[in-house]
Amino acid sequence: MKIHEYQAKELFGEYGLPVQRQEVAADAKTARAAAERIGGEVVIKAQVLVGGRGKAGGVKLVDSGAEAERKAGDILALTIKDLPVEKVLIAPAAEILQEYYLGMILDRGSKTIVLMVSAEGGVDIEELAVTFPEKIHQLAINPVAGIDAPALRSVLSAAFPVPQLREQAEDTVYKLYRLFLEKDCSLVEINPYAKVDGEQLLALDAKVNFDDNALYKHPELERFKNPEEYSEDEIEARNNGLSFVSLDGTIGCIVNGAGLAMATLDIVKLYGGDPANFLDVGGSSNPEKVLNALRIILGNPKVKAILINIFGGITRCDDIANGILMAMDQIDIKVPLVIRLIGTNDVEGRRLLVDRGFRVAERLSDAVEQVVKQV
Amino acid sequence: MSILIDDNTQVIVQGITGRDGSFHAKTMLADGTKVVAGVTPGKGGSEMEGIPVYNSVAEAQLAHRIDASVIFVPAKFASAAIREAADAGVPLIVCITEGVPVLEMLENYYYVGEKGVRLIGPNCPGLISPGKCKIGIMPLRIHRPGGIGVISRSGTLTYEVVYNLTAAGLGQSTCVGIGGDPIIGTGFIDLLALFENDPDTTGVVLIGEIGGEDEEAAAQYIKDNMSKPVVAFVSGRSAPAGKRMGHAGAIISGGKGTAEAKVRAFTEAGVAVAEKPDEIPGLLHGRS
Repeated sequence: MKIHEYQAKELFGEYGLPVQRQEVAADAKTARAAAERIGGEVVIKAQVLVGGRGKAGGVKLVDSGAEAERKAGDILALTIKDLPVEKVLIAPAAEILQEYYLGMILDRGSKTIVLMVSAEGGVDIEELAVTFPEKIHQLAINPVAGIDAPALRSVLSAAFPVPQLREQAEDTVYKLYRLFLEKDCSLVEINPYAKVDGEQLLALDAKVNFDDNALYKHPELERFKNPEEYSEDEIEARNNGLSFVSLDGTIGCIVNGAGLAMATLDIVKLYGGDPANFLDVGGSSNPEKVLNALRIILGNPKVKAILINIFGGITRCDDIANGILMAMDQIDIKVPLVIRLIGTNDVEGRRLLVDRGFRVAERLSDAVEQVVKQV
Repeated sequence: MSILIDDNTQVIVQGITGRDGSFHAKTMLADGTKVVAGVTPGKGGSEMEGIPVYNSVAEAQLAHRIDASVIFVPAKFASAAIREAADAGVPLIVCITEGVPVLEMLENYYYVGEKGVRLIGPNCPGLISPGKCKIGIMPLRIHRPGGIGVISRSGTLTYEVVYNLTAAGLGQSTCVGIGGDPIIGTGFIDLLALFENDPDTTGVVLIGEIGGEDEEAAAQYIKDNMSKPVVAFVSGRSAPAGKRMGHAGAIISGGKGTAEAKVRAFTEAGVAVAEKPDEIPGLLHGRS
């Protein structure tokens, strides 16, 4: 789960991390009032769940209430990488003397939590990692052993040679690590971690991602959920127990199992088609799930044909066939369906469908070839 | 021969009275696996299809030699089940459960390592040596005994690959689903080493997907250490960045974990990469 900067900063505040006073507004008038309450020069920042806000014109400095209202209005009218800006964050404009970077991520390869520190923050850290990898200092934290204090000091000294600043950064890292573990994060990032007037380090931006598998342990994070993280059909699919990602193409896909679903999309592309979605109906073979899957896919006007690819294991092919027939009776399917069934109870499943006039393939390549021809 | 399991492997099922546990315990038994006991706390003393049920792994261990345990408990209890089996010294633990929190898995990884036992999974279909033993949920009938080792991050995609192997007359020594999560107990490299040393394995199919860099590491390992032919397949070539494609581990983040990078790594290591599962048998024939 991803959350907005203002939400991440709220969480940072709970952990005693150095954040500024902030207000959030969903309309220009409220933004103006917030700017006037804060007083002086303020920054107005678009709250969207993607990077690159600055370049898209989503971050503006203003020094009056009237200007705040105007600029906030402009920002709230923006759409950044397909996401409409619905809220802005208003905070005091900070006089930045230097920008650093602090981040923590779960590293699958080394099976540790890796802390990344750089004295060159403010830029795209992934770009920096490619162009100047030596400018990012790293510390691998074994979760069983915890943070090795001398090793942390030495890593931080590379970016913060001044002891006073290093101590502040050290305090920030310990708090960030506690947040990472306690809230089951997969990523926390402060960029920029900025030195401002008075030799003080502040988190001027904040990014936190949570592990979806662990959300059940954290009812307190419920309030941070943003429906716009997922498209409408993705949410509907999730409510129906389906794993779904919308894509841009014209061929709707229904597959059982995530790996086979991904491979099916790849093969559709290989044959010159363009998949409209990733959809995994999961391991169980409830006919209702197939019906719901078809309904969601048919809700997408771009879909010109549908490919159903089932390799029965726990999933029974006759249940899938019954789901398809149920859908035929309940919804008007105007696009061609291409079906491939194999595995548990495939003979029964195929018979059910053939009796109703469907052609059912056995080989995946054949099915893909057929569906691509339909669009 | 086979790796990890053979026809003497005695298996217990943790979560045997649950919906999935009971169904698959019965199926494994019917498929010829020596399922000697089941564990469900509070249900000790009962029986499930003639399989004795115990309250704990330790209790089951008093009455049976346990070579492997397979876990079907819900995600909330999976970590405790893994640790219970590890504490009892069960040498092979297979966790089928999907949805285990990643930080818990990180700790479990070190925990089982310290106990000196092997964990497969979580979020995996298990493993099978056709004709000898099946610990997991894969359909037996698509498999044939033979010389191909299969290692995969996926479930149904593995079935697709195995189906194509069997159809082409290529049986399997052992097929292992390592799981689709970011942190898993046993990775590609551990299993490649076992297959390299298994006299009955003549070639290996490695099925990877987007996310992480384990395939890249495996490619390097194959180049440096494997004499047997390896054919790879990588799914997710058409996946958009930043979206989790079903598996918790299948996500392209920060430009890393792309299918292109993995395919490139395999190609550079001299490993043939199939574009579709039905190309795999031909590529294996061409190499072995």
